[in-house]
Amino acid sequence: MNALKHLFGIAELDREQIEYLVNLGDSFIDINRRPLKKAPTLRGKTVINLFFENSTRTRTSFELAGKRLSADVINISASTSATKKGESLLDTGMTLAAMQPHVLVIRHSLAGTCQFLADYLPNTALVNAGDGAHEHPTQILTDLLTLKQVWGSPAGKVITIVGDIAHSRVARSHLLAARKLGYTMRVVAPKTLLPAQIERYGCEVYHDFDAALPGSDAVYMLRVQTERLTDNCAFPSVREYHEAYGLNARRLKAAGSDCIVMHPGPMNRGVEIATDVADSVKSHVLQQVEHGVAVRMAVLTALCGGQTEEKKGPASSKKQLADEAMQAQRTLL
Amino acid sequence: MSSPILFDNRAVEAALDMMSSAISGDEVYLVGIHSGGAEVADAIQGRLESRGVSVERGNLDISFYRDDLDTIAPHPLVRRSELPFDVAGKEIWLVDDVLYSGRTIRAAMDEIFDYGRPAAIRLAVLVDRGGRQLPIAAESVGLSIEAPADCTIELVTDAAWIIEQRQVKP
Repeated sequence: MNALKHLFGIAELDREQIEYLVNLGDSFIDINRRPLKKAPTLRGKTVINLFFENSTRTRTSFELAGKRLSADVINISASTSATKKGESLLDTGMTLAAMQPHVLVIRHSLAGTCQFLADYLPNTALVNAGDGAHEHPTQILTDLLTLKQVWGSPAGKVITIVGDIAHSRVARSHLLAARKLGYTMRVVAPKTLLPAQIERYGCEVYHDFDAALPGSDAVYMLRVQTERLTDNCAFPSVREYHEAYGLNARRLKAAGSDCIVMHPGPMNRGVEIATDVADSVKSHVLQQVEHGVAVRMAVLTALCGGQTEEKKGPASSKKQLADEAMQAQRTLL
Repeated sequence: MSSPILFDNRAVEAALDMMSSAISGDEVYLVGIHSGGAEVADAIQGRLESRGVSVERGNLDISFYRDDLDTIAPHPLVRRSELPFDVAGKEIWLVDDVLYSGRTIRAAMDEIFDYGRPAAIRLAVLVDRGGRQLPIAAESVGLSIEAPADCTIELVTDAAWIIEQRQVKP
């Protein structure tokens, strides 16, 4: 299996790497349930969480993951970042990398932020903690660990993902993972919340939620991301959205007795999910949250372990880096 | 170099009998270290239970407690640690297949203490191959051999249990 140098997205991982990270996460669950939730695995390592978007669960999850493995964890949010003072993303990245962290965890509203920075930070492992509507790999690894606990393997299962597919990095990562791991994705959304050519991911596309439910092994509800909707034309009203695309007890019953409910959070109760469903025994939302810490422990461990020369990669000269950085900034801007 | 059999099935079985007889008490808390140590612990458990001893079993994977994360293979196979009993105040018998540098045992003891404070930790190993790098000694040793540093000593449990010596690739 190829060594993991960065975690950009599910697109860059092969099946073996995905399964390895999920299984490694599984072995970390126990540490989080012990009275003393600490292991010395990453002692002496430094993890910087650089979040340009607000996040509670993902940032906390990464922070707990690092601290429970004895790493030194620093959190930087956009509100305190030097980018607020006009510093470019690249300068911020290079400045932090100069402090010699082992891992830089980045959330940003622009797709491809980690790939962009990786070329200029040769000695720092980068983790994509969500980049725009592009990918959210640790959320999907978290979901896969939850599904492993329920099913053993997701192969052959049908997962119906419902809601704002167009703006969802979670949906995109799941669509990529489904093809690699052999499960079927059904996407359900009004046309206004579906990206063009969604079929190219090999998924089944529905606009009628009720038609998609029979045969679903899991229903995965997405939050309506009102902050990403640039106009109010996506659907007529929250009430009508809930009527057409909200998961309620009647719909859950129609999906079958073994169907489970998932949600990446935060949930909008009464919009995409009814309260009684969110709190039902079929809901695995809190298990997803618990497994999120374990999976992020696995990712940090995989990135910090086995620092072979091949994994570190050749370091470019400062001059070359600076020239490339200037060029990249011009291209980006 | 071929893989000479250092100890045959008969010698291993006799060693397991001896290790089991060294463990006394009405209730024994036995913790194996994955993967060979867990198999040895299973064998000892069977012998103890046939004597009417009640055995509480656990297994540890010490991968997260190793002191060489930077140098081990990038993707080690890790199993889940399971200690389904409260270790606080208990006398724990830690079991491994081969005792070499002592670093694995040190890591295992660190992990046990993260579950609670045991009254004592005692060590039982199937083979002591010498070459200690830490001041660790087993109370119960099934077999002993001074093995050269460029060799591994492995417990093979396919058809019959044997101990093999293999040369490490340069």
